[in-house]
Amino acid sequence: MSNVHVTTTVNGDEAEFLCDPRETLLDCLRDKLGFTGAKEGCGTGDCGACSVTLDGRLVCSCLVLGVEAEGKEIATIEGMSEGEELHPLQRKFIEHAALQCGICTPGILVASKALLEKNPDPSEEELRYWLAGNLCRCTGYDKIIRAVMDAAAEMREAS
Amino acid sequence: MAFDEQKQDFKVLGTRPDRPDGLDKVTGKARYGADAYIPGMLHGVIVRSPHAHARIVKIDASKALAMKGVKAVVTRADFADGQTGEDWNVMENCMAGEKALYDGHAVAAVAATSALIARDAAKLVEVEYEVLPHVTEVNAAMTEGAPVIREGAADYSVPDGMHPNVVRYIEFGHGDLEKGFEAADVVREQTYATEATHQGYIEPHACLAQMGSDGRGEMWVCTQGHWFIRRMSAVCLGIEVSKLRVTPSEIGGGFGGKTTVFIEPVALALSRKANRPVKMVMTRSEVLRATGPTASASMDVKIGMTKDGKMTAGKAVFRMQGGAFPLAPVDSALACAFACYDIENVQHEGYDVMSNRPKNAAYRAPGSPMAAFAVESLVDEMCRELSLDPIEVRLMNAAKEGTKSSSGPTYPRIGLVETLEAAKAHDHYSAPLGPNQGRGVASGYWMNWGGETSVSLALSEDGSVTVSVGTPDIGGSRASIAMMAAEAMGIAYEDVRVNVVETGALGVNEPTHGSRATFASGLATIKAANEAIGKLCQRAADAWGIDAEAVVWEDGHAKPSGPNAGEFPPMSIGEICAEMGSTGGPISGHFEATPNGYGGSFGTHIVDVEVDPETGRTTVLRYTVVQDAGKAIHPAYVEGQFQGGAAQGIGWALNEEYIYGEDGRLQNTVFLDYRVPVASDLPMIDTVIVEVPNPGHPYGVRGVGETGITPPLPAIANAVAEATGARLRSLPMSPPRILKAMKG
Repeated sequence: MSNVHVTTTVNGDEAEFLCDPRETLLDCLRDKLGFTGAKEGCGTGDCGACSVTLDGRLVCSCLVLGVEAEGKEIATIEGMSEGEELHPLQRKFIEHAALQCGICTPGILVASKALLEKNPDPSEEELRYWLAGNLCRCTGYDKIIRAVMDAAAEMREAS
Repeated sequence: MAFDEQKQDFKVLGTRPDRPDGLDKVTGKARYGADAYIPGMLHGVIVRSPHAHARIVKIDASKALAMKGVKAVVTRADFADGQTGEDWNVMENCMAGEKALYDGHAVAAVAATSALIARDAAKLVEVEYEVLPHVTEVNAAMTEGAPVIREGAADYSVPDGMHPNVVRYIEFGHGDLEKGFEAADVVREQTYATEATHQGYIEPHACLAQMGSDGRGEMWVCTQGHWFIRRMSAVCLGIEVSKLRVTPSEIGGGFGGKTTVFIEPVALALSRKANRPVKMVMTRSEVLRATGPTASASMDVKIGMTKDGKMTAGKAVFRMQGGAFPLAPVDSALACAFACYDIENVQHEGYDVMSNRPKNAAYRAPGSPMAAFAVESLVDEMCRELSLDPIEVRLMNAAKEGTKSSSGPTYPRIGLVETLEAAKAHDHYSAPLGPNQGRGVASGYWMNWGGETSVSLALSEDGSVTVSVGTPDIGGSRASIAMMAAEAMGIAYEDVRVNVVETGALGVNEPTHGSRATFASGLATIKAANEAIGKLCQRAADAWGIDAEAVVWEDGHAKPSGPNAGEFPPMSIGEICAEMGSTGGPISGHFEATPNGYGGSFGTHIVDVEVDPETGRTTVLRYTVVQDAGKAIHPAYVEGQFQGGAAQGIGWALNEEYIYGEDGRLQNTVFLDYRVPVASDLPMIDTVIVEVPNPGHPYGVRGVGETGITPPLPAIANAVAEATGARLRSLPMSPPRILKAMKG
């Protein structure tokens, strides 16, 4: 199959790549553009480790084809902090020890940020259901939930 | 190793600083197994058996090799032969020889210029099989007439007349069992079963391997222990161990499952054949079909108890299948079975059984969760029958310092009683329950491990410290080791950097397993720091012209001490290090040992559940973990271990299981079907850190990683029994099974 030329935007910067129509957006981000922050945990959309946003919508990049990125705006974990300044979610994850191995962390941060943009004041239950598509095998989620709630509170105060 | 003076007064230990690798892990910069790329690399894909048990008649790779972009195909013929014992098992598991022994067993592998080409080419490798009868269930596998996995696999311990699939028999105990049961008012015996589960680390196995034409190789790999990976890979390739250099990536979870090799020797063999670097990354379905799982178990337990709750005798007979190879964790399961109890008369029997399943790998406290499910469930059943409080009964029978353990050795200082007292005093234990709700309690144990350990600590010109360790950081061990180095040196946590280094940089280190990283690498770091402090004191003594014995080290400074030392202003670590080039050369400390003072860790869990009488679905309402950490270096990461262990145990109790079809093939090979707990399944998990110092560590540390997965299985079964009146003696307690049990 011949490759397709794709022009897209990643974290505000223009990017282009050639991909086989069978390749996923996750493959393209990682293998062609060097954005390895998104991880493949399952390849079937069950674990959320590959979470990115596509035109602001949270997606599992393993379930999106690379060719679908044409003309879209992608946001990945690599674009989350503003220069040296970490996003409050990133800072709170470190403060609350909300990561152990850290493989799920990029996806959970991207997913949490997407929630807080829609709902800046989620209940614990809303947050747990929103993150039900992001598996963490290390933490039992307790510290993750606390970190996100704390970051949300801080972001509400700041706005 | 005993420590006469155990430090009690800490400046750094017990605080909660940011972990040093936190920044990289929240920004996506941290590099894991699949995040390595080098020019010219090929992609490797494994061809796997679709049969549970089959003779490999012929492998024809000609069509695959004819594909454009395909550079190499390997089969078993491309590996060394002649391995024996566990080395042979590892080799055979990585690449099948004469027979495919389970669904998913590797039979060949392809390397090509892209992952897509490699995947397509793998489908073109033609394997002719002669399908054989299979068996996947432990009791069936040891029954007369069951298909034999491999003749001659049994060792000397197996009594005559057993099925050839029984490969080890274990028996130990003490006291007089008959007399013990006679002394009881109530003797009860039940059979329990647990299904195999997978460690479920979110990062699939991945490596990037490169063999040179000079016979030397390098590998980047996600692993809990790169020295283990180096040795096993060298054995499979038939090369000297030192010819391989293995660099560990960051690791996305392991829980025991990344202490052995699967794709690593295959990637090296492909690289050797293609003379190109080869990257291999497993899919999730490969992870579930061909790596990890723990054993499944069938267990008989018999306990004698007086009517006031004193246990007089206990007997455990465990049968475990660990896949198509020996070494199901039946020995450690038995060693943990009655570990919580001071029982005069105990007897254990174990059968290690082979079946047509993947080779079991260690999973967090291997064997202990199954054992706890059986023993702690029966203890609870008897407490309910005799109307006794389950914590009081455990306290009455609790093992403590000086108790002859059920597995033989006498316990040093241990903290079971303290966890039980803390659980009893916790407000969770007396909180009211609503309709369809129940509370369960259980205790658990893991003996922990020391293991071969080598650490190097080097001082910089400005007095800051670099510690090189060989235990990959899975859950914050860089932080805990930096804290111990800072404590020992009397310097700030921020002035220590801990690096996990490659196999060429240190002597042999065992993996981060057995809850040993913070214990053993931490102990070695303290010892290495003490050696460096000795050298720092010598430099100060030389500068002052006094004996080194007249110099003490306090708060990062050398100070003169004693009647004849003289008066000198203290010299800081920075001042001494600034001059070290001209005062005798670089200053460093080393420590190498196999520390054996690992102290076991006990835990007691309390759980409240609600069971929906319509659907049988169990909701975990409240959960409390109480566990002995000896000394919590970084309490937040200790809590994290407690919470993570509990969550995995909850998954094992309620959802997770390996499901095999009639055809012997694994039915649930994706996370949608192999369902681990998600955020909406769990409540907050409360933790209580008990600190009963381990006499075998200078700061009293006990490993804390594993014990936490053990009590949830029985604690939840005990809670479900109270909520529903139905006793489930088989895991998982999925809704249909609970409904069926409720209907009696």
